[in-house]
Parts: sequence; C-alpha cells; structure tokens
Amino acid sequence: MAGKRVAICAVAQHRNVSDLWYKRIQGMLLDCLEEIQAQTGVTFDEDTGINTIVSCSDDVFDARTISDAGVGDALGAQYKCEEKMAQEGLNSLGYAMSVILSGHDDLVLVLGHCKESQPESRNICTHLGFDPFYGRPVGLDYLNVSALQARAYMERAQVTEEHLARVVVRSRHWAGKNPYANAREMVEVGQVMASPRLCDPIRTLHAYPVSDGAVAMLLSSEARAGEFTDRPVWIAGFANCMDSYFLGDRDLTSNFSLKNAARWAYEEAGIKDPTEEIHLVELMDAYAYQQPMWMEGLGFCRDGAGARFLDEDGPDRFHVNRSGGMLAGNPLMIAGLYRAAEAVMQLRGEAGERQVPGARKALAHSTTGPAGQFHSVLILET
Amino acid sequence: MKRQKKNRHVGIIGVGQTAFSSHKEHQNQPEMVHEAVRAALEDASLGIEKIDCVVHGNMELFEMQFQPDLWHSLGTGARGKQQYRITTGGTTGATLVCAADNLVASGRYDTVMAIGMEKLQEGHTTGGITNMACPLWHRNLQTGALGSNTAATAMIEEFGADRARRASMHYRIMMDKHAMLNPKAHRRLGLEYEQAEHLMGTSPVLVGELRLIHNCSQSDGACAIIFASEEKARSMSDRPVWVRDHISVHREEAYNIFGKVRPESTMRYAARRIFERNGIKKPLEYFDIFEMYDPSSWWGLDWLREFLLLEGDEHFRLLEAGEFDLDGKLPLNPSGGVIASNPIGATAATRVAEAALQVRGDAGEHQVKKEVKHALASGFGGTRWTVLIMLEKDLDW
Repeated sequence: MAGKRVAICAVAQHRNVSDLWYKRIQGMLLDCLEEIQAQTGVTFDEDTGINTIVSCSDDVFDARTISDAGVGDALGAQYKCEEKMAQEGLNSLGYAMSVILSGHDDLVLVLGHCKESQPESRNICTHLGFDPFYGRPVGLDYLNVSALQARAYMERAQVTEEHLARVVVRSRHWAGKNPYANAREMVEVGQVMASPRLCDPIRTLHAYPVSDGAVAMLLSSEARAGEFTDRPVWIAGFANCMDSYFLGDRDLTSNFSLKNAARWAYEEAGIKDPTEEIHLVELMDAYAYQQPMWMEGLGFCRDGAGARFLDEDGPDRFHVNRSGGMLAGNPLMIAGLYRAAEAVMQLRGEAGERQVPGARKALAHSTTGPAGQFHSVLILET
Repeated sequence: MKRQKKNRHVGIIGVGQTAFSSHKEHQNQPEMVHEAVRAALEDASLGIEKIDCVVHGNMELFEMQFQPDLWHSLGTGARGKQQYRITTGGTTGATLVCAADNLVASGRYDTVMAIGMEKLQEGHTTGGITNMACPLWHRNLQTGALGSNTAATAMIEEFGADRARRASMHYRIMMDKHAMLNPKAHRRLGLEYEQAEHLMGTSPVLVGELRLIHNCSQSDGACAIIFASEEKARSMSDRPVWVRDHISVHREEAYNIFGKVRPESTMRYAARRIFERNGIKKPLEYFDIFEMYDPSSWWGLDWLREFLLLEGDEHFRLLEAGEFDLDGKLPLNPSGGVIASNPIGATAATRVAEAALQVRGDAGEHQVKKEVKHALASGFGGTRWTVLIMLEKDLDW
C-alpha cells in the first residue's frame, strides 16, 4: 500500500438540469471526464493511468439492465475494471477508498450518472423498492413514506410548516450562487407555505426537483496524489449503516442508522466533537424536514431539538448545504456524490460566492431507502 | 498500475449455497437469501454479530425490485451493519468477491460477507438480458443466446462442423456428469456420451448452431461467502482459503465490428495480465481445478483456449482426451458449472464458493481426487466482461 491516506485529486460536476433531452448519459460523463483530464492529465495507460472505475447508477431509473454497460467504451476505458455501486453514490467513494487502501490499485475513477427525466415518475421507481407482498399493495413509495416520517418528526421536534419554508428559502438563496444547482429561483416563505401538497405534510417546494446530472472524481493513493494535484483533499473517514426494512419495525424518528454511520465515520476520522471540528456539512435533504432531522442524527443538535436548531440559525452556524443541497436538485442515486463534490470544492477554496472561509474539514452525507433506512457519512479534510 | 503488495491477506472462512432450482415458491427473496446466509455462518461456525460488513448483489430488472438490498436485509442480517451493494451484470457474483477482498484487505473491515442472489422465476430473464442492450442501436437484436451462436459458427469455421459439434456436445455431457454428483445443481439430466449423436440432431434450435441442450438454465438461488483478514481467518477457521488476486476486465462489445480481425478477448486479456503479474507461465500446469462461468457449451469450450492461454486446437485435444474430467489434468467445473445452474447474481459467486470447497476438500461427491492447492474461478457478464479470481490453499506465494 502506498501511504495510509486516500486523496481526491479532482472533481467534475455536470450542471443539474430538469430534462437534458439532447444528451445521453455517455455525453454527460464524457464532459465530466474531459474536465478531470484537463485538471490532472490522467490517462487510461495500462501502467500509470486509470485501471479501475467505480461507477454509480441504477438499472430501474435507467430502465436498463446493467445501466453502466454503455459507459466504459464511450469514455475510452476498454479492458479496464469497472464495478458499479448499485446504491447511492457516496458509497462509491467509501468503496473506492477501500480499493486503494487494499493495495489492489492506486488510482480510481469514480463516475456517477442518472437522468431522472427519463422515467415516467420517480415514485414508480421507488415504489418498486418495496416488497411485493406488503409494501406495494398499499402503494408505498419514498415520497409517501417520507411524509409519514415528516409528520412523526415534526410532532416530535416541534418543527412547523414555517420552519420548513425557511429551510427551502435558505436553500434557494445558496443555490442561486451555485452554478451546478438546478432549482435556483428565489422563493419566499409564503410561496413555500402555499405551494401544492404532494403528500401531507410535504409540499411541492419541500421536495427536490427532478434532475439529470453526472459527477466524476479521481481518487489516488497518498504516494501518487502529487502527480495529479497540488491541492489534494483527503478522505478521513467513511461509514454507512442499514436499518430494518419494515417501517413498523422502526421508530421513524430515531435516526438509528444515521447515528451509527456518523459514530463510525467520526471514529475513523478521529473526530470527538463534530460541532467543533467540522467546518461545513453537505446533507442529502431530499425533503425539507430532513435537514433538521439529519442534523440531529449527525450530532449537531440534541434529539428532538430540531426546531430550536433552526430558530438559532444552526444551518448558518454549521454551514449546512452552502450548495443549496439536495433541495436544489440532484438525481436521487448520486446526491451524495454531488454533496461530496461540493465539499471538495469548499476545502480547495474553489466554491466562489458560497465559500466557507478557512474550511479544513467537511462532512458529506447521503441516504437511501424508505424514510432513511440506510445512511452514509463521509469525512473529508485538507 | 505497477504491481504493489496487498495491504493484508484475505481468507475465505465460510461458504453457503441454497440448492438451485427453476422454482422456489416456498421462499420469498429474503427467505432464500437467509438460507444461504445461515449456511455460510454455520459453515464458518460464526454468529451474524461477527460480520462487520455485508456486500449484496443481484440485477434489479430480473425481479423488478429497486434497491433490493433494503428488503433483503431481512435475510442478509445487515441491520445495524455497514453494507455495500455492487453489481456488474452476470459478473456480479465475482465482483462481490473482488469487493469483499478489497474491503477486508483495506484494513477497514475484518470480516465481510458477500451475498449474491437471483430469483429468475419471478421475472422474465431473456427480457431482462435484452434490456441490457443500447436502446438506440442493439435492443432490437440482442439476446443472451445470440452471442453463443457467433462463437459456435466461428468454431465450426475453424475446426470443421463435425469436430466442433461433437466437442461442444462432449463438453455438455461432461458438465451434466459433474452436475449429477452435485446435489445442489439445478439441471441434472443423467446424460450419457452415447446420446451425443441423438441430441445433436434433436434438441430444439435456439438460434443457428445453438440448441437448447447447449445452453444454461435459468435458476433461483443464493450464495454467501464470508471473508476475513489473515489474523481473523487464522483464529476463526482451521482451513481458510486464501484469495491471492483478482482482475476485472470490461468492454462493451455487443458484436464484432472489425470483420475478420478479432480484438483480443477480455478472457485472454484478463488471464494474460493476472498470470503475468503473479508469475504463472503455464496456467494449465499450475491450477488444480477451474470453476468457469460457462453460459453454454460453445462458449465454455471456446473460452478455455482464452483463459488457459492455449493456441490452435489445444483445448479441443485436451477435452477429447478427458483432461477436463474430474480425474483429468485440470478438472473443469466439478459442480456442473453454469449450464447446470444459473441464478445470475449468485452464479459467479458460486464459482468461487465451489472452488473454495474444492481447495478445502469439502465438495462431497464431486470433490476431485487429487489435492487442490491452486484454484481458478471466472465470471462472465454483460457483453464479454470477465473477472478472474485466484484461490490458494497455502499462503506461500
């Protein structure tokens, strides 16, 4: 193994848009790869270049068996190893980190892609995430299950509709400064509170917009990082955790899997007090209620104190989602990769108007499964 | 990449498989997964609490289940644990092994359980495979079986129709003889070599030279394998099987557009690279068994030449001389291989599980007679994607 740490040497994000009808996934990824190559000069050379790709996409969203099948050749990666993280994309960084630390390879290209505009409805895709015996017959999907969780959480943490509206307004404020964000129009509290119900208590503006996007990153061993960048960002820790499948087996407000994932990631990164040591947080908040709720799970405020956290400007104090976050729109399956890409830009001081001054340690988060069944936490540092 | 040392050694300390069959109406997906997980834990004499991380894989569109690991967690035991879900089509099971090896070798997890599954009865397998093809260019043409036929016609062109057809049928009957010794195998037909002539003329044609009898089944089943770091493997198991190296090679090649000039196959490329970096000059001499992902008897026979870096008709001659039989020079698929059982997401993992059982000497009736010190397992998926995995009895390389 060449060094004990893994570096992110370069990131490239495709701008999130609602319907990129004129470009296929290969085109989006080629744009990202060319940007990575321009930044680093990396090639697909057998001895010195990329030999391992960890991709992330989903067969159901793409309606294609082996949704990564058409990617490698289009990018010029013939004869290379390519493995697909068939869950949310932040996990591909955790896995790529392990590939490098194992000594199996010292350079990994991470590619995430999804065009949410292609399926008829995201809810049909996530409806298929439920078992055919109990979940599907009652019409569950990630939206209506999140609504159950939202109601339970709002009761518990005294989070009101107005709190949620302020979360959305703040997200749009920062998204307006992020060239990669989708939903960048400013909104007001009243607009959010009057937007149509999607599924009680979730309103249209509480939910992330349908988005097409792609992300690429180049990861290397500590020994080789200098070949590709003079500003590496190091992966200090990663962990994820699974909760029970059946909603009735869970306390929907418990943050069980998020708390475990955060604890393990903090341990690996040597973090004792996240509120002191982490300078910015990029959260996967697909719905507005999730921002305070996940912040509880990450240990930035006490359990059930989400309303107070929002009232006391927690999101600003801890620099949560300066990118606009998931609320500004990313594809569900690669939201965590976008979160990590923003965190890397922040740590490199490349975040422009949304830059957190002096940021040296960042947290990127993602979740998959109904009502946060599965959470992932990544810690990055300079 | 220049070859570098693995951070730490990784051993297989437990394997579990369900029986493979066309229907498993008595079990839902998590229950079927659970059967394999229980078997692997029992094989390793471990409780689920000893597993740090679970790696899950299957192909969503075969069962039409989005992110199936979430529901399957009822059977995998992943609750409260770390988990990854990694897939690469037919190679998925082999990729799970590569991933588990990487995760343990990284030093970040001491014990990892890899689980591959498929319940093909619940979906439409050929529909799922056709759906793999590019929607703009290939989807009107692609099926899984077509590719085998192009291999068949190339072999007929090279070796003559009579010899090629006989060799392919010999291969098929040999696999059935092996499957007859494996109680977990799905199709166990009891074929005899005397039936070859008859089958060559009567088995229904799927496409061109490819007949039903040549082709793999579609099966239900799951396979779980437990990996541990060297230190843990030695303390938890008295016979760990070591994962020496693995390689994955992917190329999207639905059809050869280069006419008579055939680009190097991913099988030969993978074999050449992995043997080179491990100093293996004669794979045929080095390995004691080979568990190959052989979706049809045409492809299986054709790929032997590639994987073993043979030339001309060497693979035909070895087959004709019985060198791939259980008592031959290189016993091939003692389990009966993929033609006998093909639960796609579990298939390539089963190759590794069976190879590990052979190394341990625990394969039962289909255990080869000689001592197995070095085993090779392969995965096949998508459009000519290859994974090769080397297993060793002793940590002495």
